[in-house]
Amino acid sequence: MAYVIEMLDITKTFPGIKANDKVTLQVEQGSIHALLGENGAGKSTLMSILFGLYSPDSGSIKVRGKDVRITNPNIANALGIGMVHQHFKLVHNFTVTENIILGLEPKSGLVIDRKKAAARVREISELYGLKVDPEAKIEDISVGMQQRVEILKMLYRDAEILIFDEPTAVLTPQEIHELMGIMRRLVKEGKTILLITHKLKEIKEAADYCTVLRRGRLIGTVPVAETTEQQMAEMMVGREVSFHVEKAPANPGPTLLTIEHINVRNAKGLLGVKDLSLEVRAGEILGICGIDGNGQTELIRAITGLATVESGKILNKGKDITSLPIKERTGLGLGHIPEDRHKHGLILDFRLDENFVVHSFDHAPFSHAGILDFKAIRSNADRLIAEFDVRCGQGGATPVRSMSGGNQQKAIVAREIDQSPDVLIVAQPTRGLDVGAIEYIHRRLVAERDKGKGILLISLELDEILDVSDRIAVIYGGEIVGMVNAAETNENELGLMMAGSVRKVS
Amino acid sequence: MNTRSKLFVPLVAILLGFVLGAAILIATHRSPIDMFYAMLQSVSGKNLRADTFNPRYIGEFVVQSMPIMLTGLSVGFAFRTGLFNIGAEGQLMMGSIAAVGAGLWIQAPPVIHVILVLLAAMLAGGIWGAIPGYFKARFNVHEVVVTIMLNYVALFLNNWAIVEVFKSVDRIKTPPIPPTALLKSDLLAQLTNGSRLNWGFIPVLLSILVYWFIIEKTTFGFSLRAVGFNKDGAQYAGMKVNRNIVSSMVIAGAFAGLAGAVITVGTFSFGRALPAAEGYGFDGIAVALVGGNAAIGVFFSGLLFGMLKAAQPLMQSQGIPKEIASIIQASIVLFIAMKLGIEYLMKKLKPRKAVTEEVES
Amino acid sequence: MKKNFVRAFCAFALASVAFAGSTKVGFVTDVGGIDDKSFNQSTWEGIKRFGQENNLTQGKEIKYLQSTAEADYVPNLSTLADEGMDLVVASGFLFESSMGEVAGKYPKQKFLIIDSVVKDKAGKTLPNVANAVFAEHEGSFLVGVAAGLKAKADKKNMVGFVGGMQFPLIEKFQAGFEQGVHAVNPGCKVLVDYAGTFSDPGKGQALAAKQYGAGAYIVFQAAGGTGNGVIKEAKERTQKGDVRWAIGVDKDQYNDGVYAPGKSAVLTSMMKRVDVAAHDVSAMVRDGKFPGGEVLVFSLKNKGVSIPGTNPNLPADITKKIAEYEAQIASGKLKVSEVPAKQ
Repeated sequence: MAYVIEMLDITKTFPGIKANDKVTLQVEQGSIHALLGENGAGKSTLMSILFGLYSPDSGSIKVRGKDVRITNPNIANALGIGMVHQHFKLVHNFTVTENIILGLEPKSGLVIDRKKAAARVREISELYGLKVDPEAKIEDISVGMQQRVEILKMLYRDAEILIFDEPTAVLTPQEIHELMGIMRRLVKEGKTILLITHKLKEIKEAADYCTVLRRGRLIGTVPVAETTEQQMAEMMVGREVSFHVEKAPANPGPTLLTIEHINVRNAKGLLGVKDLSLEVRAGEILGICGIDGNGQTELIRAITGLATVESGKILNKGKDITSLPIKERTGLGLGHIPEDRHKHGLILDFRLDENFVVHSFDHAPFSHAGILDFKAIRSNADRLIAEFDVRCGQGGATPVRSMSGGNQQKAIVAREIDQSPDVLIVAQPTRGLDVGAIEYIHRRLVAERDKGKGILLISLELDEILDVSDRIAVIYGGEIVGMVNAAETNENELGLMMAGSVRKVS
Repeated sequence: MNTRSKLFVPLVAILLGFVLGAAILIATHRSPIDMFYAMLQSVSGKNLRADTFNPRYIGEFVVQSMPIMLTGLSVGFAFRTGLFNIGAEGQLMMGSIAAVGAGLWIQAPPVIHVILVLLAAMLAGGIWGAIPGYFKARFNVHEVVVTIMLNYVALFLNNWAIVEVFKSVDRIKTPPIPPTALLKSDLLAQLTNGSRLNWGFIPVLLSILVYWFIIEKTTFGFSLRAVGFNKDGAQYAGMKVNRNIVSSMVIAGAFAGLAGAVITVGTFSFGRALPAAEGYGFDGIAVALVGGNAAIGVFFSGLLFGMLKAAQPLMQSQGIPKEIASIIQASIVLFIAMKLGIEYLMKKLKPRKAVTEEVES
Repeated sequence: MKKNFVRAFCAFALASVAFAGSTKVGFVTDVGGIDDKSFNQSTWEGIKRFGQENNLTQGKEIKYLQSTAEADYVPNLSTLADEGMDLVVASGFLFESSMGEVAGKYPKQKFLIIDSVVKDKAGKTLPNVANAVFAEHEGSFLVGVAAGLKAKADKKNMVGFVGGMQFPLIEKFQAGFEQGVHAVNPGCKVLVDYAGTFSDPGKGQALAAKQYGAGAYIVFQAAGGTGNGVIKEAKERTQKGDVRWAIGVDKDQYNDGVYAPGKSAVLTSMMKRVDVAAHDVSAMVRDGKFPGGEVLVFSLKNKGVSIPGTNPNLPADITKKIAEYEAQIASGKLKVSEVPAKQ
């Protein structure tokens, strides 16, 4: 079969880093081709070169057998290459159709011919089974739908080769499943798909071929049907990986965090958490699973002090912290790895060493009488970077914004664990991370448990909850509807409770 | 942003600003060379054409630079906390009123009197800055709206105070402030051939030092910067976001208030009724922007804009309209705002050495 | 004794002028700018006229520097002195302290201040500064007469005054105007407002709208740039059929009030001939007769204040009446007060 895209011996160097080192990628017409690699392996750079965002230092690109020079995205578009970005580029108060036609509005005279556009959008949507309402406003539709709008945008522009950049990072399990179906449909209709991801499960489910990159180098291209997930993971990481979290049975001690009948209002002023009670004991990981939007956010905000509690009590080691300011809760040994690491976890424009001390900059050893002690701050950073294996170009002076997601998350984990809190509130700790980083963070959480800390893990990933937790609480509609031992349950049972159809509180 | 582009963008913007100014002069059949001679003379005192040297120009150059450095610090400080202080003008006027009051009503020995005057001005400016800070923190009223309004309140308060409180005879200026309360210096005036150069440069330089120290070295500056970069992140980290907003505005106001004193007891020696705002606050926005809200940057951009002001008489004397200086100032600000465009341009110009800091997979 | 000194000084000045060949005159505007259609512009016109008469090059032998803020006055005056201008002119009492300061530093430089008197701490005038002041109340009296008679003729009973900033100088306009109106139309009400600024036409228009709205038929503005808004409001109303009048100030503003060919909303103007002052003192410098330390008063008597020679909007009977009053004031028979009557 003919290659629709050939990228031959591509090399691209950034100051201090060889992002792509003689990488070759050959994609067959009508296939789903996965590009696998850890964060920083050079996947995005390679795709950016194909899309005309960067120009390579050396190497050549052929599209449908012809040598091409793609110096800007317009050329890529003209060649039928379209990209669905990880972060959608949509205008929120425009309709689906308006977003799709933005930039190439069909006109009758001076007026935009919306009807014609909408009809075309509907037609494409039906052809590929996208089920998008052309008249809906972006702000009113789900994230999964928004992604389909991005796909439609490419199709509307007659793209033949679609690049998906980490498309599942923002989707729910159900939406992921649907996306896979859409991809297969696209391929059936003659499109070619390049799928950038680090999720092996998805590759196994959808892709025909998989090209693996590691630290800018090509490791190999394999047919997915003949390769196990384990093999691909090893190619990616360069060593053996275990998917299963190794851990000894929990040895729970006294109760550390007690939540008694709390009610918390959400952003809309409604009760997001209703009469919820929980206990987290020393030396255990209590997992909270549930479908997104069932009160997890409100619960976290209430415990950490970002939201006020309507009624009820929160106790840390018997001390009432219900209405204490954030700072004092931190002081009492409550750590928090937040769900949104960019918004809450980090000051992206700060350096790494500064981010390590955002809680503790105002007391010794990091400051004396209000004057910062940069020596202490730097050596603290050096220590944490070494201990938690945070990869960063310039050590403590690295701007956090320039670090990969996995290393940003490691930095947060390092900071929160290092403060040795007794209770750690961990929300979505591995969202968007690669296998290596996930493995690391899971092991670290278990290690902290074994040191006698109490950990409350809130995650939307069922696998994660099942693997890491000792006990599992299921949250539905702001209430705890199930409380089970991790060893005694399964995906099925949890799924039913998450949907609200079964209650099981022991 | 790395250090190189931090410096590069303003320098390119400044260059483009002058190129644009020169182009307009050429297009209107005037000589840009005259402009550059005038600018050179205004900072060095040296007239290259007549080969004369008059240090008065250097003195006036410093006098013009001092207040806008302070308003630049004011705007920059608030900016560091993510606040846009349009109110430096009003804070400056309040500082001026307080300086007049402390000058006329307090009796103290020479140096102490001046220090009291400066402190009073900083206090008044600080209070005037606290008002929008409080409204922002407590009721989430946007500081831009409040500070603009307070500029007018300060203007009319000033004009009312000149007549009603300080009993101006001619309704435009207060009785003279006693010499003990003035920054004026015969020595400095003599050194600069009778310019209005005064001791004001000492509090100005100290302010720049204090600004740098607070922002870069203290825990307070650390939390201000954190709030400025990411309010949510700072709150999550347990910082008192609202208190930081108010403190930041108080300090910003104090810098501007000091500028008011430097003008009133340095450049002048009496309080003045103003027909309209004099634009020091807006100059401060430009100074802060070009200076990248950093202490040293504000110092140099203060000198740049001070030069544009100080070169006015000489430029006009060469037949170059004063609007050219405004055009240059405005276009520099515009080009700074087009930072991304300049970075793009510089990438385009040097495709081999593309500068990219973000490397993701 | 002082006079002798001045004469000696003038002789010296004459000598240096003779060498230089031409009399160089520099002018510093206040924040209003050179094209304020008022004060600065008039002064500059006087200097330009002097330049034309003496074949001086604009930009070299006669030139102006504009000020952006009050802090610019001193450097602007100093720069012109440094450049060796024979006379440095500034218009407006706002320059009083700046000129005092600079004149002290440049004792050999000749200065002219228009509209104010520069004095030292002892209250004495400076030997190198000539002071030109105007009898604005006298001229304002005449336009007051015009307004009073015009209102009476058109069966209206209210007029208005819009001042720039409220201080004694501008109150002279108000005082003269009120006395003029009441001299011929005792029952006529005179509204008075001060804008607080000389450079905000928008505010001037707003105040004019207020006064016209309240029923004022004619508004006299003594507000520089702010006053242009008053004229604009009169034009706009008259165009819409609601006939109102404005009275110009400083120079003949008839042309500023034109809203249709041959039709202007400016009834007449209180001309304050700052151009005459600037021109005449420049000529005195040329002739070696610089009136340093003197206070020159420009009044109705020496045509330093007046109404325009032609007033297309005033009927003959009114101009005749004005001429009568003018003669009385010029001869000293009628005294006009400089301060407004307390209300």
